[in-house]
Order: sequence, then structure tokens, then C-alpha cells
Amino acid sequence: MNAIILSAIWGVIMMFCGVFIKSKTTPKYIAIAGLISILSSSVFEYLNHKSFFKIQINDMLRFDNFNLAFIALILLCTLIYFLLNGAEIEKVGEHVGEYYALIFFILSGIAIAATFNTLLMLFIGIEIISIPLYILTGSDKRNLKSNEAALKYFLMGAFSTGIMLMGITFIYGGTPNATFYIDKIMLGTGQMPILISVGLLFIMVALSFKVSAAPFHFWTPDVYDGAPTVFTSFMSTIVKVAGFFAFIRLFEHAFGSMQDQWQKLITYITITTLLIGNITAVFQQSVKRMLAYSSIAQAGFMLLAVFALNDKAKEGMLLYTAAYSLATIGIFGVLTKMEDYTIDGFNGLAKAQPTMALTATIFLLSLTGVPLTAGFQSKFFMLMAAVENGHQFWIVIVAVLFAAISAYYYFRIIQAMYFKDANENTIITTTINKPFLYMLMLIALMIVIIGIYPEIIIGWMYR
Amino acid sequence: MGNYITFPDLLTWLPILASIFCFTLGNEKNAKSIVVLFSILIFGVSIASLFFVNDTKYLNYNNVNYMWLKYLGANYFIGIDGLGRMLTLLTATAFPLILIGTSTTTYVKPARFYGLMMLTQAGLMGVFMALDALTFYFYWELALIPVYFLSSIWGGEKRIQATFKFFVYTFAGSLLMLIGIIYVYLHAGSRMFDDGTIVAHSFSMNAFYQVQLSVTEQNWLFALFFVAFAIKMPIFPFHTWQPNAYDQAPTPVTMVMSGIMVKMGLFAVLRWLIPLFPEATLHHKNLIIILSIIGVVYASCVAMMQDNIKKLVAYSSIAHIGLMCAAIFAMNEVSIQGVMIQMFNHGINIIGMWLVVDIIERKTGIKKISELSGIANTAPVLTILMLVIALANIALPLTNAFAGEFLMFSGLYNYNKWFAAVAGIGIIISAVYTLNMIQKVFYGSVNGVTAEIKDIQWNEKLVLFVIVGIIFFIGVYPQPLIDLTKEFVTQFFVRIK
Repeated sequence: MNAIILSAIWGVIMMFCGVFIKSKTTPKYIAIAGLISILSSSVFEYLNHKSFFKIQINDMLRFDNFNLAFIALILLCTLIYFLLNGAEIEKVGEHVGEYYALIFFILSGIAIAATFNTLLMLFIGIEIISIPLYILTGSDKRNLKSNEAALKYFLMGAFSTGIMLMGITFIYGGTPNATFYIDKIMLGTGQMPILISVGLLFIMVALSFKVSAAPFHFWTPDVYDGAPTVFTSFMSTIVKVAGFFAFIRLFEHAFGSMQDQWQKLITYITITTLLIGNITAVFQQSVKRMLAYSSIAQAGFMLLAVFALNDKAKEGMLLYTAAYSLATIGIFGVLTKMEDYTIDGFNGLAKAQPTMALTATIFLLSLTGVPLTAGFQSKFFMLMAAVENGHQFWIVIVAVLFAAISAYYYFRIIQAMYFKDANENTIITTTINKPFLYMLMLIALMIVIIGIYPEIIIGWMYR
Repeated sequence: MGNYITFPDLLTWLPILASIFCFTLGNEKNAKSIVVLFSILIFGVSIASLFFVNDTKYLNYNNVNYMWLKYLGANYFIGIDGLGRMLTLLTATAFPLILIGTSTTTYVKPARFYGLMMLTQAGLMGVFMALDALTFYFYWELALIPVYFLSSIWGGEKRIQATFKFFVYTFAGSLLMLIGIIYVYLHAGSRMFDDGTIVAHSFSMNAFYQVQLSVTEQNWLFALFFVAFAIKMPIFPFHTWQPNAYDQAPTPVTMVMSGIMVKMGLFAVLRWLIPLFPEATLHHKNLIIILSIIGVVYASCVAMMQDNIKKLVAYSSIAHIGLMCAAIFAMNEVSIQGVMIQMFNHGINIIGMWLVVDIIERKTGIKKISELSGIANTAPVLTILMLVIALANIALPLTNAFAGEFLMFSGLYNYNKWFAAVAGIGIIISAVYTLNMIQKVFYGSVNGVTAEIKDIQWNEKLVLFVIVGIIFFIGVYPQPLIDLTKEFVTQFFVRIK
């Protein structure tokens, strides 16, 4: 509760900052201060299960260890994102305060989407996440690509929202007691009523769209490529894992008992996502576009959690939240400093910027899933969840083969940085300041620590 | 436990310490001497560990068990047993030889080079000592990553493609193995920790050994594990990464890969594959022996046709490994005993071969056999030493490889005469190509390039003499090696029955 309300309030404060404060750098500090207080208040809520606010919510939101931990983790990642990218956000345009405001609104939406107990709240949460994102995507106003991306995202997003609402309506109509509460849908294990199965299909499609699972991924590369790189970093990490969290929550609580009836569908979506994400990423020349496809590929791995829906899957989701967000935020942070976004642009970076290259290597190894990094642990838990689930054993074999393919495109960057000589494109015009490097090192360190000892993340679930 | 400084601790932490020294001190000049000193120290530790055999009295010196992922039932559990002792000894012996033997070559950024080398050693040691499946998997990968960087940064012209192929092959293999590990883990019994917590499943080796699986499950899992190990060894048809990777990697790394890393595959078959899935092993063993023997003959034939001296050695290595793999799956005490000592011998001999090849390439800049001739006239010491190593490579009596190959062949013969007969062709061909190479490269009249070269330096001489010494010593008196591993071989058969 704290996170929802305080983020919304802080979003409004940030909007006023945009009006009253003319300095371009001040909003960053206000945002960081706000985020720290929201983070500490939600940690407080996690520890004491008590909110500062007493609001009659009619059980429409539920708070437990798992989703409170998730919210705290998301806020932590956002804090790191702010600290790393503060300077870059200022470069996007004039209205710095408003960008922060939009991000705070998104955080509020994420907190709703992570704690919903009715389908309405799910819808509201997802919408609060989506609408500010459309604006952030188009925030580079003079860039045609950014405009195109925003329009495309908005149109397709609106369409998927419609489908989702339709699905919710079907489910409302199909349940015996006409309810929005996900734990009262109570379907038993028999054959699904036709209204429910249509509704479930629609919701599955809409959520797959939001998390960019194939075959509903077509917006992803264009939008991620067109949006300003700092915001791509935010939407491909924090927003995406939040979508997954909502996905898992809904399917566990509402449709968990009928898993055998929809699991095949998820299997096909997972395989398609892994296939399209990984294979297409191999052929990309632009690192930014490659990372867009890689995020589709990683979504395929996260779908294994929806596929499995057991304790290991939830733990894996928490780990994925931390591992994938940290590594991707880090690699996007490095990317924002590059003059040339093609893979050749990374040539010889190891000589010019050894620290940046080393940390980028750790991020890429983590995304590949090499042991001793957080990425390995998250993939490991996902695989474990899928094996423990016991159905369709072959899906894990397909998943790891694609993970091996993913090594190809992640390692192309490592090869460019370390084994190739610099060309004129490698020159970084932006000066790299010390705090930025320290942040990169901090993220890399966190990745390694989680990689060695994942219980510091998983432990949050069991207290 | 934990009150002692144990051998497993020393053997893994000393190399890591050395690499930390190399990376942090940033002292480019001293890096070489630091790692040579450390590697000799590690060798000493390994020798000392031989005197503390696996007796309950010395249990605390040979095992390290830290709480790691309590929630999963995974401990950081490493220890030395009969099988591991042999291979840690090989690793500890090989590294000083490699580092001293190639110490005249200078690399750019030596501190990083040697730091990564020592990290590789730590990874290898960990693989050979891991008694917990997750620990094993971690070290298995840890050994791979530094080698990837070593070959890609310091290797030859086509290094990036060759090394990457190697990386993707082994990475894919190990991920398949990971699925297998997860599957077995989810069927393993519960584990109790020292502080009384009980978790549902366990990654420990003993728990893995006790898992009961149906034959269908075993067959699946056997395939998952075996692909990983077969790629690492490599046996036919998973070997295609190997010749290029050996050719392109810098020589010390090639030595590590062919001398020690390939043993990871053989080791893992003995440690994990066969004890975990005994029924599936019985089911598949003929297929694997046939594949291995095809590999032996095929690789020997390819080696015969090679003009590139490095690829010749690489293919010769595939042939030898294939024979060892066949001997493992012949599954009798004699053949396994043979494999155990041959793992050590092959490691030593192949390092000698690579060293000589490297010396020739360094002095002449030529890798082609057809362009070399008459080195014996200008470098007699090198020639004599190489001749001994080459004879060991074809397993002549009185050399170390004879003892191993004799045991392996008699084991294979006991299992099936025809297999032994076909594999024997490989040995004959190995004599053909090895002696042919010796004849063309070392004898005959000198040509323009070879007339100029000088004989070998002290460090190369030292290392080659040590290798030749080992070859003769074990060739004449292989008993110490057999004693070292006899206990393991007996236990191995008790376990799978």
C-alpha cells in the first residue's frame, strides 16, 4: 500500500517540480530522495505488514511476503536505474521533472499490478503502467523514430487493452457467482466453461502482448529501438518483469487449478518466443535492437515460470527480476555512453575504457547465464521449476539449446570489446565520470553476489 | 570440520590467490615468476596429499564441506578420493611443466595471461574434487570461461571463430547436463545439515548415487549427461571443434586443453555418468564403444594425412582419448585401471609433444611438416627428447603409455575381441604418422629455415628432461600409479553393482 500511494504522490510532486524548478539537475535529486523514502517505507511494510495508510480497499488488493518483496526489489532496481542514468535522463529533453513523474506513476501501477486481487485492479494496474510508457517512448519529440514508436506502441497497446477488457468481461460473465475477485472464480478441475476459456485466452493474449511474448511481440523491436535509450532500459527491464509478475499472479490464483488445460498453450508461446527472440537477435547489427530481441528471448525464459507455477517458479521470478533487470540496466547504461550503436562500435572498448568493458562483460555473461552470475541462478531456478512441474519435459531441453544460441549474440559484443582493435567509431565523445563507473561496478558486484549466493534474494519470500 | 587447512582448500585457493596477485599487483614483470612459484607450491601440496590417503584418520584433511545454498540442499563440498587424487596430481604436475616450458615466450599483458591461467587451474582442480553436483557444475564452467578468454585474446589468426565454436559446443553440452542434474536432484533424497535443518532434496554425490530411476529415465538422463562429456573429451562425432581450437590457442592453453581439460570428460564419466545410470550404461555401452573406435580409426587416418604439425598432434589426441573412452565402457577392472593410469600418462606425453611443436614453430615460424627437414642436425638434444616422447605417444614398451594401453587393450579384448582388433589398427596408424612426422621434420638434410635454428634453452631442456624422466620411470615401474588408483577401481565396481 505504501508504495502505491507514495509513488502516486511523489509523481505529482515531480510534476510540480517541472513547473517551479528551472534547474535541470535538481529534479534528479528530488526523485532519488523520493525513491529512497518510498523504498524504505515499502521495506518497512514488508517487515511489519503494516501500511501507513488505512484505506478501505474491500480486499481488492492483497499483500503478502512475495509481492511485497517483489515491490521492494523493483524499487531497488529503479533506484539503481536512477543513480546510473540520472545524467542521461536530463539529456532527453526539456521536461526532466515530468519524465520522473511518469516513472513514479509507472511504479505506482506496478505496485497495483503486483498486488491485485480482482481483475479490475489488474486492469487498472496494467493501464497505469502502459499510458505513461507511451509518453516516455515518444519523449524525444524531434526524433521521427521516437514518434513513430510511440504511435505504434499506443495503437497496438490500446488494441491489446481492449482484448484484455473483453477477456475480463467474459470471465465475469462466465463465473457462477459473477465476480471479479480472482480467488473466488473457483472453477474446480473439470472442463472449463466456454466463456471462461474464451476469457482466459483473451487475457493470455493481452498479457503476452504486454510482456512481448511471441507471436505478440511485433511492437517490441521498433518501440525499444525508437524510444530514447534510457527509457528503453526502463521499459525492457522493470516494466517487463512487472508484467510477468502480474501474469504469474493471475494464472496462479485464478486459473491455477486448471493448469493442465492451458499449459499446452503456454508451452507453444514459450517455444515461439524463445525461437523468434534468439534467432532474430543473432542477425542484428545494432546493439540496441539486439537487446530488444534478447529481451524477447529472456521473456521466453520467464514464461517458464508461468508454465510451471510452483514455488521454484516464484523464486525464479524474484531472481529473474533482480538478475535480468540489473544486467540489462547495466548494459543499457554502457550503451548510452556509446557514440555508435552497432556492434562494431564496441570494437576495442577494453583498451579505451577497461572498467566499462569489464562490467559490460559481467552483464553479458549474466544475460547468457554463465555460472557465478545472477543470470545463471535465475535460469537455473526457472529450469528447476519447469522440470519439477513434470509435464512436457522437452520444453527445458529446447530452452537450454536456445540459451546456448543466446551466447552467440551476447558474446559478439564481448568479442568486439576485447578481441578486436578500435576503429574511429569507438571514440566515446561523452566523458565518463567516476560515479558512473562506480555504479557499474556496484551493479556488477551485486550480480556476482547473487550469482554465488542467491538466497539473499530468495530468502525474502520466506521470513 | 573446518578446523584444519585441508588439501582441497589449498589446491583450489592457491591458484585463485595466485591469479588475484597477478590481477591486482598489476606487475607485468613479476607475474611469470609468481605463477611459476605458486604452481610449484601447488605441486608440492599435491604430492603431500598423496601421503594422506583416503583413510578415516585423514578424513578431515581430505574433505571440505561448507554450507552454501542451504535452501536447495547444496553444499560447497569438495574432497579428494582415489579418482580425484590422480587427476589433481596430473593438474598439479602439468602446470609447472607448462609454465616453465613456455616461459621464454612473452605475451602482451603477461599479468592477465598468467592470472587467467591460474584461474583455469583452480577450475580444473575444483572439477576433479567436487563431491556435490552443483559445486561440480560451477567448477566445470569456471574452467571454461578463462580458457575462452585466453584463447581468444592471445591465440592465432582465426582464434575468435575457433574459440567461439569451442565455447558454444561446451556451453550447450553443459546446459544439457544441468537439466540432467536438476532432474536427478528432484529425485534425490532429503539432506540434513549440521545445524539440523532438513531440506527436501540434495545435490550431494552420495545422495545422487542412491537415486533410483527407471530405465527409461536413465536412458534420457544418460543422453543428457553424455553429450556434455562427449563434447568435452571429445569423441566422434562431437570432436569438430577440437582441431581448430587446439591449432589457434596459444601453446600453454593448448597444453592445458589437451593435457588436462579433455580428462574432465573422462573423469566425469567415471565420477557421475556410470555410477548414476548403471543400467543405461549397460544399454548404451556398445554404441559408445563403437563411436569411440570409429573416432580412433578416423582421427588416426586424418592425422596421417595432415601437413599441419599442430593438427597432427590434435588428431592424435582425439585418437588416444577415443581409446580411453572405449576402455571405460568396456567396464572391467583391467580396462578401467588402464584408463586411470593412462589419463595421467597421456597428459604428460601430450604436453611434451605440444612443447616440442611449439619450440619448432617458435624457432622456424613454420607449422607445415613438408617445409621442415633435418632439425636433428642443428638441434640434436631436442631431437632425442622428442623421439622419446614420440615413442611414448605410440606406446612402445618401457614407456609410460605402454602400461596404460596394455591394460586398456587387454580389458577391451576381454570384453570383445573385434573391438580390440579394430582399435589396434588405430595404434598401428599412430606409429605410422608419428614416425613419419619425426622422419620428415627431424631427419634428412637441412633446408634454408632449419639450418639457422639453435638447440633448446635451459628451461625447455629441463621440462623435456622431466617429462622424459616420467616417461621412463612409469614405463619401467608403473606400480605407484596403479597403487594410487586400485582402491578407487575396486570401489567403483562395488558401487555400480
